[in-house]
Amino acid sequence: MDRQKIKELKRNAAIIRKDIIEQVYSASSGHPGGSMSCADILSVLYFNEMRVEPKNPQWEDRDRFVLSKGHCSPALYGALAQKGFFPREDLHTFRKVDSYLEGHPSMKSVPGVDMSTGSLGQGISAAVGMALAGKLDKKDYRVYSILGDGEIQEGQVWEALMCAAHYKLDNLTVFLDHNGLQIDGKITEVLSPEPVKDKFEAFGFKVIAIDGHDYEQIIQAIDEAKKTKGQPVMIIAETVKGKGVSFMENKAGWHGTAPNKEQRDAAIAELDEFLAKLEVE
Amino acid sequence: MEIKKIATREAYGSALQEFGSNPNIVVLDADLSKSTKTDLFKNKYPERFINMGIAEGNMMATAAGIATCNKTVFASTFAMFASGRAFEQVRNSICYPALNVKIGATHAGLTVGEDGASHQTIEDIALMRALPNMTVISPADAVETRAAVKAAIETKGPFYLRLGRLACPVIFDENNYKFELGKGIEIASGNDVTIISTGYMVHLSLEASKLLESEGIKARVINIHTIKPIDRDIIIKAAKETGAILTVEEHSIIGGLGSAVAEVVVENCPVAMKRIGVNDKFGKSGKPDALLEMYGLTKEAIVAGAKELLGFKKEVMVLK
Repeated sequence: MDRQKIKELKRNAAIIRKDIIEQVYSASSGHPGGSMSCADILSVLYFNEMRVEPKNPQWEDRDRFVLSKGHCSPALYGALAQKGFFPREDLHTFRKVDSYLEGHPSMKSVPGVDMSTGSLGQGISAAVGMALAGKLDKKDYRVYSILGDGEIQEGQVWEALMCAAHYKLDNLTVFLDHNGLQIDGKITEVLSPEPVKDKFEAFGFKVIAIDGHDYEQIIQAIDEAKKTKGQPVMIIAETVKGKGVSFMENKAGWHGTAPNKEQRDAAIAELDEFLAKLEVE
Repeated sequence: MEIKKIATREAYGSALQEFGSNPNIVVLDADLSKSTKTDLFKNKYPERFINMGIAEGNMMATAAGIATCNKTVFASTFAMFASGRAFEQVRNSICYPALNVKIGATHAGLTVGEDGASHQTIEDIALMRALPNMTVISPADAVETRAAVKAAIETKGPFYLRLGRLACPVIFDENNYKFELGKGIEIASGNDVTIISTGYMVHLSLEASKLLESEGIKARVINIHTIKPIDRDIIIKAAKETGAILTVEEHSIIGGLGSAVAEVVVENCPVAMKRIGVNDKFGKSGKPDALLEMYGLTKEAIVAGAKELLGFKKEVMVLK
């Protein structure tokens, strides 16, 4: 695998993570934990995989992405801004009354957002709809979506998965951001959805389990998904909530809490240090 | 002359079949295509019909996803499940992004009949008209239903089409009927009292006006097919000219047509008003006509309501 490309993707992800911290800090609200855990997946999707045109966000033949765990909008906005869909400096307006960067993604106001999400369990259904439309129109675009592992407690997720498998939507690839934590604690203690692999398989998905922070594994899993015919693919990505900022990692408390000035400075310093080390690697 | 009777759900299915040649139209159903009559579309255009199974929440959000790909999506199930079970999917995935999804909600109201309260939604108008970006249409007969489906196809954005199970007299002449979105239609003239009605109750309101006329009371009858956006002008004019407004609907008196009319009347031209509808009760099993009788949704009840209202009108005049 191209080492230089992976280094670039790591850099893209670290910048997304810095932007997550800055957005949530400037808004004094938002969801850093789950945003950080899916940053590597978003980096691969937007900077290595998806066919999108930032200057033409409504391009009919583009690949689609639906952030079903819509509260992780800071990660998506970070990726979209870095990709050139809108100016990066606008990220500082996140969640403010005169901004187009809504707390949860709004397709009507944010260029590059393919579906308005935020109410858990609904985005995956919309992604299924986009994949169905692609089949109807015989288009070759692909549809990607990220589910939270707490989100799959919503019954609608399973309705959507059943539908995707029934209609053999091999143009749909779903990631489960399996960071193990939700607002009230461990998903296995709040209301366990485990064993997720068995359940997704029973619902008709091809399941690929990976380390969601390992670039070679993310890229290979997507390649395998693209080769899979006749069924949709679920990539179970083992991730760390708060990944990239040591004091946020694996702490449910960082699900929906904004850092204070001191915490923001420490987080940015740690991510800058990561970026500096990456350059001399 | 025998009056032709066609259920509005039947007219809906026929209209989908008639206008379905447009390749951008996709129809979804939740295992009820024989009842909602989307099977008429399915039989003609099977490649653009998708059965979503008994999963209405997923159906609505999936319809939204398909609509993002420049398609006009009809999503059908019983009105109870379309507006109730899937309320939040309709709100967040369809109305918030203003997507081009047309909800064909059949089996609305008490005239579902024998299935009983669990399947008789009498609160769907209230729920759907509260949603920003939503257009709510409640056609009175088959001719109006066909026109409403056509308007829904020609107009971008979310629509809720409230349709009935029961065969319903065809009151409009398809050769000269004109449907204008957001415009009420005066179907009987008079200045003593105005009866504003929607859906299945429109033909009963017309019959009631004839009974009233035989007693020397001239009632104006207005058919409101578009409940949202409502025709403010026709309501304000009626309030000013007749000084008394009776609303009639096969829906709860809370939040439906009566409430929508009262909002316009109170803010613009307060006059004597009375609402006929389901009086904050659940439905029950029974023959549709027996239920309408039991819940006071008959032409006789409309006549009695109109007379009671004329009494209020006199009191209001005295006070003025």
